[in-house]
Amino acid sequence: MELDSLYQEVILDHYKHPLHKGLSDSYGAQVHHVNPSCGDEITLNINATDGKITSITWDGVGCSISQASVSIASDLLVNKSFAEADAILNEFTELMQSKGTKEGNPDVLEDAVALAGVSKFPARIKCALLGWMAFKDAAVRINTTTGGE
Amino acid sequence: MSFNVAKVRQDFPIFERTIRDGKKLVYLDSGATSQKPNSVIDAESNFYKFHNAAVHRGAHQLAEEATDAFEGARLKVANFIGAKEDEIAFTKSATESLNLVAYAMGNAEPGTRFALTSKDRIVVTEMEHHANLIPWQQLAARTGAQLSWFEVTPEGHLDLSKINSVITEDTKVVALTHQSNVLGTINPLEAIVARAHEVGAVVVLDACQSVPHMPVDVKKLGVDFLAFSGHKAVGPTGVGVIWSSLLNELPPFLFGGSMIETVTMTSATWSPAPRKFEAGVPNMAQAVGLGAAIDYLTGIGMQAVHEHENQLTDYLLNKLLAVPELKVVGPTTNESRGGTVSFTVGEIHPHDLGQYLDSQGVAVRTGHHCAWPLTRKLGVPATTRASLYFYNDESDCDALYEAILGAQKYFA
Repeated sequence: MELDSLYQEVILDHYKHPLHKGLSDSYGAQVHHVNPSCGDEITLNINATDGKITSITWDGVGCSISQASVSIASDLLVNKSFAEADAILNEFTELMQSKGTKEGNPDVLEDAVALAGVSKFPARIKCALLGWMAFKDAAVRINTTTGGE
Repeated sequence: MSFNVAKVRQDFPIFERTIRDGKKLVYLDSGATSQKPNSVIDAESNFYKFHNAAVHRGAHQLAEEATDAFEGARLKVANFIGAKEDEIAFTKSATESLNLVAYAMGNAEPGTRFALTSKDRIVVTEMEHHANLIPWQQLAARTGAQLSWFEVTPEGHLDLSKINSVITEDTKVVALTHQSNVLGTINPLEAIVARAHEVGAVVVLDACQSVPHMPVDVKKLGVDFLAFSGHKAVGPTGVGVIWSSLLNELPPFLFGGSMIETVTMTSATWSPAPRKFEAGVPNMAQAVGLGAAIDYLTGIGMQAVHEHENQLTDYLLNKLLAVPELKVVGPTTNESRGGTVSFTVGEIHPHDLGQYLDSQGVAVRTGHHCAWPLTRKLGVPATTRASLYFYNDESDCDALYEAILGAQKYFA
């Protein structure tokens, strides 16, 4: 069934057992993003030292795609440099815009390749990108305010 | 008075197609927009093919025909809701209709009936669609008027227990929906209209979810303004209606061609209503399409439409309430409600549920349904909404029921 390409086991696992969920007490930057068409919301904290992301924590409500995607993103991007995270984020964004023509590079995207099927469902791309866009925003903010310290 | 659903469906070409690899289309999203019968599609198309010209101008036969068709549509709308022709203005949508009233009030000369100041109050309800909330929020912000509202009870009804302290002596406008687009609740207008008029306020009714589904007579309702859209009533998109017997007292909202009487380099005066509210070349083909939609609905009979939907709502509610873990958000009995039913199913997020239903050919809406304050108040981030129309039958409700059970297995 076409639906199975959307709801991969990996996605449902992350949805049921999300990683890095629960906001850290302190943060270098905090952002709150919403998907106004459906009401999904996410708050995301990041911390960084010497240009490297030391923690990403989040809390939110939303569908399995949005929640699994932020779980995957936070686990994938933590302990990366901002440059590395940016490259991964760009690759993921390209995958989401591929309309089902790309599978995604598992060496770069790891669990996030499970979200490839989302690109065939235009209404769900925003769900998958919610957490990633929140991270992108947080990365800009932490680098503007503290220079990544 | 009844009609054959299977026969009616033959008038709608979209029901000939299939969904997601050959599945029957189970369309339960008419609250968002209705499907269109051939007669409406043809009317819009034929206007362009045979009669297209700018109405109310042009010294030629086509302009005459276009004007006759456009004004004929206005008469049909007027007859449909028990109004007079000059009380009907065409807009591009119900959203524009509601904005028209709010902006026109903002244009009122200080001291006149519709002018608002910081001493005045605007009343809305917690169950409003964003289109009947934000224009009033913004008018309040521009004029300094206070925005107050009726709260919604956990059962999904307006709490009218404090009606006299919500609609106060200084209230100028009461804006509310006839039927909630989320809960299906039909609001009791009588008490609200009586109180509003007692304090000299006007009542603005969002009738988007009622006019397509039940007989509506503006005189019986007693409201002062009524807005609805064409596309939810088997008509085209791009056409809405604002009705009021007070249109002539209201200043214009949009300015330009067609809506003037005289113009100099420094001033202008206005045409009488409704032309005063129809600046620019109007949405002629869409208005004509709406006229055809009204002919179609009248052919079936609005009382028959209402009775069919009422019986089907009963069937749908019983079916849904039999689903384990399903919670109806809004009235759970079929009293004072229409065929719009919102619900949650256990821990399955509405987006995921909607996606699964779609894989089975069942089209519903998910999210906050443009009524975010309401879903927040009811403590649900989002719901799934099934909305019925006269072309639905019990087999559609059965398909929804089976698909929800399938989703529960899929996401278990």
